[in-house]
Amino acid sequence: MSAQRVFMKGNEAACEGAFRAGCKFFAGYPITPQNEVPEYMSKHIWDHGGTFIQSESEVAAINMLMGASAAGARAMTSSSSPGISLKQEGISYIAMSELPCVVMNVVRCGPGLGNIAPHQGDYFQATRGGGHGDYRTITLAPNSVQEMAQFVYLAFELADKWRNPALVLSDGTIGQMMEPVDFSEMPYVEPPDKSDWCLNAHQEGRERHLITTIYLLAEDMAPVHERLVKKYERIKKAEVRYTDYMSDDAEILIVAIGSPSRVARSAIKAGREEGLKLGLLRPITVWPFPYGVIRQYAESDRVKAIVVTEMNWGQMVEDVAMAVSGKKPVHFVPKHGGLTFTPEDMLEPIRAIRENPMNPETLWVQT
Amino acid sequence: MEAVPEKKRVTVDGQDYELVFGRPASLTSKPFTYCPGCNHGTIHRLVAEVIDELGIQHRCVGMASVGCSVFSYEFFDFDFISCAHGRALAVATGVKRVQPDTVVLSYQGDGDLAAIGTAETIHAANRGERITTIFVNNAIYGMTGGQMAPTTIIGQRTTTTPEGRDEHRIGWPIRMSEMLALLPGVAFVARTTCHDAKSILKTKVAIKKAFRAQLEDRGFSMVEILSNCNVNWRMTPQDAVNWVGEEMTKVFPPGTYKDVFAEDQEKARADAPSKTKAQSSEKTEV
Ligand SMILES: Cc1ncc(C[n+]2csc(CCOP(=O)(O)OP(=O)(O)O)c2C)c(N)n1
Ligand code: SF4
Ligand SMILES: [Mg+2]
Repeated sequence: MSAQRVFMKGNEAACEGAFRAGCKFFAGYPITPQNEVPEYMSKHIWDHGGTFIQSESEVAAINMLMGASAAGARAMTSSSSPGISLKQEGISYIAMSELPCVVMNVVRCGPGLGNIAPHQGDYFQATRGGGHGDYRTITLAPNSVQEMAQFVYLAFELADKWRNPALVLSDGTIGQMMEPVDFSEMPYVEPPDKSDWCLNAHQEGRERHLITTIYLLAEDMAPVHERLVKKYERIKKAEVRYTDYMSDDAEILIVAIGSPSRVARSAIKAGREEGLKLGLLRPITVWPFPYGVIRQYAESDRVKAIVVTEMNWGQMVEDVAMAVSGKKPVHFVPKHGGLTFTPEDMLEPIRAIRENPMNPETLWVQT
Repeated sequence: MEAVPEKKRVTVDGQDYELVFGRPASLTSKPFTYCPGCNHGTIHRLVAEVIDELGIQHRCVGMASVGCSVFSYEFFDFDFISCAHGRALAVATGVKRVQPDTVVLSYQGDGDLAAIGTAETIHAANRGERITTIFVNNAIYGMTGGQMAPTTIIGQRTTTTPEGRDEHRIGWPIRMSEMLALLPGVAFVARTTCHDAKSILKTKVAIKKAFRAQLEDRGFSMVEILSNCNVNWRMTPQDAVNWVGEEMTKVFPPGTYKDVFAEDQEKARADAPSKTKAQSSEKTEV
């Protein structure tokens, strides 16, 4: 695709972002609401010199990714919540092997089969490692079709830069909706050369390359852990990203990601018309999480309360509460079951919070 | 074409000797850590000899699975990746699709290949991935201390079938070679044993054919090798080897279950009458 500005679906834009980043391998298993991803990939990746496999399961897909990445390719998979649960085994092995790859989750409502409506119930899973063991995955949270493309593109860069899995944590709304996308800042790139560590058929005259996750002796494992932890610390320092909207003079700061952050913008506009000084802080990386900037807002005399809106029972709010550290009241405004927010759903509790910043109806109390 | 190995010479105590039996180049110098009498070491050696003879050591990438052979990458001397339990053939698929010129080997036990990894096995085979799998069937979970495997035979005692495997409770030993032979994506599948010198030689022939199937781009290939786990079978190494030959082979008959090379020959033979005529007339002309 050569046009620079195109009207397309979020899930398809993600694929175009991947092609521009030089993605050469995609494996995945159908699940709504992300089916457009494998469908688009299966149609177009061949033209980019890549390979598509519809795998027998998400478990197989993520392990195929492990192989493709170990062989040096930029590789991606995508799924939605139940399928992402199945990928956790592989993500753990990939993180421990320090292999780069991109995993997109177009989150739907769980637990269990749940439903195919947009949801944000996988936040903990995405930001706390998700599989077994102590590891982290870089996680980007798009809120537009433009960002679906851009963040997949960026995820490939970050994954290679840190040799770590990078997740794109989207939701059903962002994946399914159509918007114009500008690709001018996503030029096609050649993936970096990984011949110094990847597995390949050109071993004559060099040390062999081994990729493993097993270290039987604690004395051998401990330095590996230390290396990983140090890497995560460096990622935390270097890669925190966020944006804000009308937050300079805000007295009540909303923190939201994904589709609720779009509704929050409408709520802020409407709220300001009735004199509510609202602003938005939108994390772009949810791991590493922008604790520092949220702490700064919490420490400002101007800010009276912080409101977290999520389509779940309260996950990101824990990160926000950690950042705020009791300096200001933190409120939680949820949506359950796959229902989506209207601006009024946010404004109503916010009016009550303005009257009483400690309003117990929405006050987030860590239990 | 097979590379003809050069006659190597070694010096021992200042004396010059011709080396008639050495370590294959495709093995590292690390001594095997398998139990005495275990066939994992035998099988490693056979695989390495075949790789040497085919001259593909530096084109090979191996998938280590989870089981007693989890450290197989310490013994094989080429690039290796260690995979999650049962996932070797999914990882192998990723490697092979990105690097079609790489010779991809997976080395897996029965628990890995025929229980937790059954889906990965069947679908890699069904896609006809150009991968060679060495499947070590020892009818038990060696690494975890002797629990039942999908291939444990009826009546066989393991730590989770203390009274012997009862088919009414847990089903029958699974025959992977027979199952995979049904798939069009499979180019070569054979079951061999390692319980005596003859069967070891047959195993080597099968392993070579399996690699040939990959090198000639014919499809998926697997050699299922009946192996012993004397430690967890609670037998002496000699009794264990005998048990493979006498009991395991009854449930898992050795044989070639799919062989595209044999099919080629058969086809050629079916076309033969006209060819024979042509040949004989050629002969008379000469
Ligand atoms: C997901 C997972 N489940 C269980 C295990 C534990 N485990 C390690 S090896 C093994 C069985 C291996 O048996 P087999 O594949 O037959 O190899 P063998 O040791 O007999 O050669 C099991 C169950 C694991 N490592 N990962
Ligand atoms: S436990 Fe069994 S399979 Fe494992 S090395 Fe020992 S004899 Fe071999
Ligand atoms: Mg076994």
